[in-house]
Amino acid sequence: MKLKTMLMMGAAASLAAPMATAQDMANTVTFVSWGGAYQASQINAYTIPYRDANPDVTIVWDESSPEAVARMRAMFEADNVTWDLVDVVAADAIRLCDEGLAMEIDHDAILAAGDDGTPATEDFGDLIVSDCFIPQIVYSTTNGYRTDVAAWEGRVPEDVCALFDTEAFPGTRTLERRPINNLEWALLCDGVAMEDIYDTLETEDGINRAFAMLDTIKDDTLWWTSAAEAIQFMADGEAVMGSSYNGRLFSAIVEQDQPIEMLWDAQVFDLDGWIIPEGLPEDRLSRVEDFLFFATDTQRLADQAAYISYGPARISSAPLVGTHAELGVEMAPHMPTNPANSERVIVFNYLWWADYRDDLDARFQAWLSR
Amino acid sequence: MSDATAGNLSQAAAEARREDAAQTGPMLAADGRPLKRSLNRALRAQKLRALALIAPLLIFLLVTFVAPILDMLFRSVENQIVSETLPRTVIALDGWDATDLPDDATYAALAHDFKEAAERRIHTRLGSRLNYEATGLSSIFRRSGRGIDGVGEPYADQFAALDPAWEEPATWIALMADPDWISEQADWLEAAQDTPEPAFRLVPGIADVLPETTDAYRSFARTIQTTGRTPESPLTKEPWATVYLALYRDLSGATGADIGAYSGPGATRLQTAADAVAGFETIPLRDAFAEVADGWVQMPVWTTIQTFSDPYTAGYFLAAVDLQLTPQGIEQVEDNQRIYLTLFKRTMVLSLTIMGLCVILGYPIAYLLSNLPMRTSNMLLILVLLPFWTSLLVRTSAWKVLLQQQGVINDLLVWIGLVGDDARLTMINNQTGTVVAMTHILLPFMILPLYSVMKTIPPSYVRAAKSLGATNWTAFWRVYFPQSVPGIGAGCILVFILSIGYYITPEIVGGRTGIFISNRIAFHISDSLNWGLAAALGSILLALVLVLYWLYDKIVGIDNVKLG
Amino acid sequence: MNGEWGLPSDTQDTFVSFDRVQKSYDGETLVVKDLNLDIGKGEFLTMLGPSGSGKTTCLMMLAGFETATHGEILLDSRPINNIPPHKRGIGMVFQNYALFPHMTVAENLSFPLEVRKIGKSEREAKVMRALDMVQMGDFGGRRPAQLSGGQQQRIALARALVFEPELVLMDEPLGALDKQLRETLQFEITKLAHRLGITVVYVTHDQTEALTMSDRVAVFDDGRIQQLDAPDVLYEQPQNSFVAQFIGENNTLTGRVAEMHADMCVVRLDDGELIDAVPVNVSAVGDRTQVSIRPERVEMNKDRLAPDAHTLKAEVLEFIYMGDIYRTRLRVAGHENFVVKTRNAPDQPRLKPGERIEIGWHPQDCRALDA
Repeated sequence: MKLKTMLMMGAAASLAAPMATAQDMANTVTFVSWGGAYQASQINAYTIPYRDANPDVTIVWDESSPEAVARMRAMFEADNVTWDLVDVVAADAIRLCDEGLAMEIDHDAILAAGDDGTPATEDFGDLIVSDCFIPQIVYSTTNGYRTDVAAWEGRVPEDVCALFDTEAFPGTRTLERRPINNLEWALLCDGVAMEDIYDTLETEDGINRAFAMLDTIKDDTLWWTSAAEAIQFMADGEAVMGSSYNGRLFSAIVEQDQPIEMLWDAQVFDLDGWIIPEGLPEDRLSRVEDFLFFATDTQRLADQAAYISYGPARISSAPLVGTHAELGVEMAPHMPTNPANSERVIVFNYLWWADYRDDLDARFQAWLSR
Repeated sequence: MSDATAGNLSQAAAEARREDAAQTGPMLAADGRPLKRSLNRALRAQKLRALALIAPLLIFLLVTFVAPILDMLFRSVENQIVSETLPRTVIALDGWDATDLPDDATYAALAHDFKEAAERRIHTRLGSRLNYEATGLSSIFRRSGRGIDGVGEPYADQFAALDPAWEEPATWIALMADPDWISEQADWLEAAQDTPEPAFRLVPGIADVLPETTDAYRSFARTIQTTGRTPESPLTKEPWATVYLALYRDLSGATGADIGAYSGPGATRLQTAADAVAGFETIPLRDAFAEVADGWVQMPVWTTIQTFSDPYTAGYFLAAVDLQLTPQGIEQVEDNQRIYLTLFKRTMVLSLTIMGLCVILGYPIAYLLSNLPMRTSNMLLILVLLPFWTSLLVRTSAWKVLLQQQGVINDLLVWIGLVGDDARLTMINNQTGTVVAMTHILLPFMILPLYSVMKTIPPSYVRAAKSLGATNWTAFWRVYFPQSVPGIGAGCILVFILSIGYYITPEIVGGRTGIFISNRIAFHISDSLNWGLAAALGSILLALVLVLYWLYDKIVGIDNVKLG
Repeated sequence: MNGEWGLPSDTQDTFVSFDRVQKSYDGETLVVKDLNLDIGKGEFLTMLGPSGSGKTTCLMMLAGFETATHGEILLDSRPINNIPPHKRGIGMVFQNYALFPHMTVAENLSFPLEVRKIGKSEREAKVMRALDMVQMGDFGGRRPAQLSGGQQQRIALARALVFEPELVLMDEPLGALDKQLRETLQFEITKLAHRLGITVVYVTHDQTEALTMSDRVAVFDDGRIQQLDAPDVLYEQPQNSFVAQFIGENNTLTGRVAEMHADMCVVRLDDGELIDAVPVNVSAVGDRTQVSIRPERVEMNKDRLAPDAHTLKAEVLEFIYMGDIYRTRLRVAGHENFVVKTRNAPDQPRLKPGERIEIGWHPQDCRALDA
């Protein structure tokens, strides 16, 4: 019954949308996403209902989001853009928008208002970090730890600085093999106030401070490059604590029942959402806009949370977040945006990292290889 | 055959021989042409046929192999983005002595360049490019894209206040545009607009009257005609604020404009404006830019633009060997940022180690294979090839399971009691992991050439050596081994070249210390998007391989390489 | 026949001796069956036989590359079963020469001397001498690949001789050469072997080679020595029908022994005709036998035969002019491949196909062998 209502609502919404008529829309479109559980949640929450309402539409998925920026650059150089809708993290959306590879959009014009009538720009609020970006979820990079480490003698990590406390919490850590997040945590645990982190990192001393802090755990750390690796390290017992995406940790803890616990302290919020490639032909563009209008409305964003523990980007979706589609677990407590989880949050500074990334990356790699 | 004919024939043959002997010039064919030419002609058809047969492969290789390599080489030095995005600024900076901030004319040039770039949305790309060289430029460029109008707006406002006509597109069109173009453009606007928009043309002579304004206006007209989802017409659009800046500069005499010579449409309005500009409220351009982004009144951005204004740069190559181009010349980058030389060295050392291990492990196996009866050796060869049929990722991940601290080998060692539970060996996520996994993966590339060479060494050589009194070892070392060297050479070249470019396996099992230079190339290709640096690193890698190949040829001789 | 082949009584000491040697590769069949063979010092002995007859295996056991499954091999009355090949001091020449391709000719020759730790100057002298011995003195600096087949074989020979072994084994060394070169080298090898006084064991499947070069020839078949004799004895007095057929050309007629005398027997051929023969390995009247007669011993002129000799009727099927001889194929006693060779002489008739003639032979030229 509920599903049916939902579908009807979806159909009604797409009919009501002030869009081109169905004949003008392309029927085959290529969406780009991350594969795995995340893409599955998008299929379940967005494209299955959309295709029920538009049976003629064929959606081809390309799992190239991790290298979306490079691929899109290559496509534009070859002047042959085959993608219609691309799921990227906010930083990539900003980069693509700056380079003119992503289309600037008028959020209020092409996105549905919230179910309470709030205009899209207000419903998404600050999460619209770029004129090209249509936010979809809030996820976070945060830490987890094993619950069965004998050497900890019953101590339980309470904040992120447990990462750097090898005396109380001995064992191998696992952190991402890039400077982002690690430098922030290092400074935070070295006593820098949350709001001063990026200012501190702009100074030579600040950077040295961060690396000095990381030095204390350098030999105890396995560096991961894909979030799944981090989970694997912790699940195998290769690492006793470390960072990953909260959705991955959720699936390890709740779905796979691993002896791992979340450490929400100082989680780093990040966003993921859609961008439309610049210069799409009219028919493909109108199909994509039609889909977006449907797939980013309040209900659809809330539906996605039934499949993965990422917070919906619309304020209006939050009350609609229900239970896990298969496990029946209440999802709200597992969302990064849940007040209990977000007492202390680092807001990832995209613009700052866009500037300092190359330098700090070179320094970080040099530091690693030493 | 009668005796008479036989006699005649032998006589003729003798004569022919005499003729041949007497001939001193080039050999002639039966038809009197030089024999060489006839031969060439006969061979040409054959050569063309051969060429036709290899043509598909040749074209395929050119397109998929040679072209990308050339493109990579080109990208590693290409730097036209600076002079293409900021053409006027680059010219203005030519000859700037870099001791103090540049003059007003340079700032004006920057304003015009930047406005056009921002409209074309290519300014951030240049920002990212220059950010590779000097941190912070990216955000200066990104911010300036939004604020650049602020530089010209005071002038736009004052001209509008002086005479509202300056706000009218028609005023500008009458002043700047070629009358023929105006009518073409008007026709186009009225028509369905499905033909290409006629490109903007200047009225002849105006460039002498208002040099900077003309340039800025043309830039404006051409840009709006060619960008955006629906191109716009200069007939209906007010010029950018920067055009008013140019007009002010022309009228105030900063550019050598010659207003008096002008008598075309709006000559009086122009003259009035020229008389009025002296009373305009102005702020120095430098300060205006400081408003846009304070980076513009600091030296680094200017020195960086000047240093990298050449269409070709050695910057990427320098960066690839931990050097950098500064206004003072080439310098080493700071110690804490040096990584590439370390990585190159590590890639070389580990590749050589892997190659050596492959020889040590592969040689006995290949020897055994080549000396077994056909049926058994085929069976074993299939086992050798088996890893090829498994996905690289699966194999590499299997090594993870085996080697990790909670892995099979460590469990076994702990169970036996060789290693304490708290002192498990670290065999993965370091160089050991890379070496072990890659040796395993590349071993077949060593065994196969070795095997195919060893199979061609008849057992009689070793027997001969033994019958001549050589011990088993001497027979092997003096007789068998030298003949298997071509196989070792081929295997080593294969393994080394493959391993030097490997990145998936080091990425997965290499951890912090076991990654290769290729991992950085991959990073710059797909993550940091610094393709120029990636191309430079790739070119250096290519050059290294070629140098090693050349060395190998010098020392061992490339004709000594056999694949079977 | 029990496979006991000792030395002819007039030769010197035994140098190599196979004593009840057996060899099996798979544990099921014997490749060499109970081999007993004595080879005298300085003898040139050839092992001749079809491929798979066990001759090469015998050679390899002697060289030490194969071990005997059973039995003992003695070299100079020392058992050598447990001596590795490189300590046996036996020179060997291989079918494909086995010259080390990565060494020059001189280095190849120097190799056996180096492993024997002989000083450089002495080595050079010996190499030079060995090269001169095979008339290859100018080729020391070349690589084997730059030499012709015949030249390579000379070098291989020189290399096998350079360290002055007393025993040299040759495994079909001339197999890959053309006929003319082969004949030259056959002559040279025998001459050299005799001049140096070395013992040579030579393996070949070419019977002409065996006959022209050897002091004695051991004919191998089915893992056994079928006959070991001097070439002329082997040819003229084959001991069984395998040897008779394997060595030279041979006419065979089948039948049963009809009469048995001391040194003669009469054989009734399968079509009922009677012929005379020397009984070799038939023992009683009624035994089945193959009678063997060489083509050049068939007589077509009745006047030359004894008056009471048995003759056979024959029909000419083919007459071939071969220059020095005529070769006539006849149908005799139901066999169509009976060949007669006659010398090209003025008194010899040139027969025409279809002619009917009568043939006969001296009884001692016709041997009744096993069936």
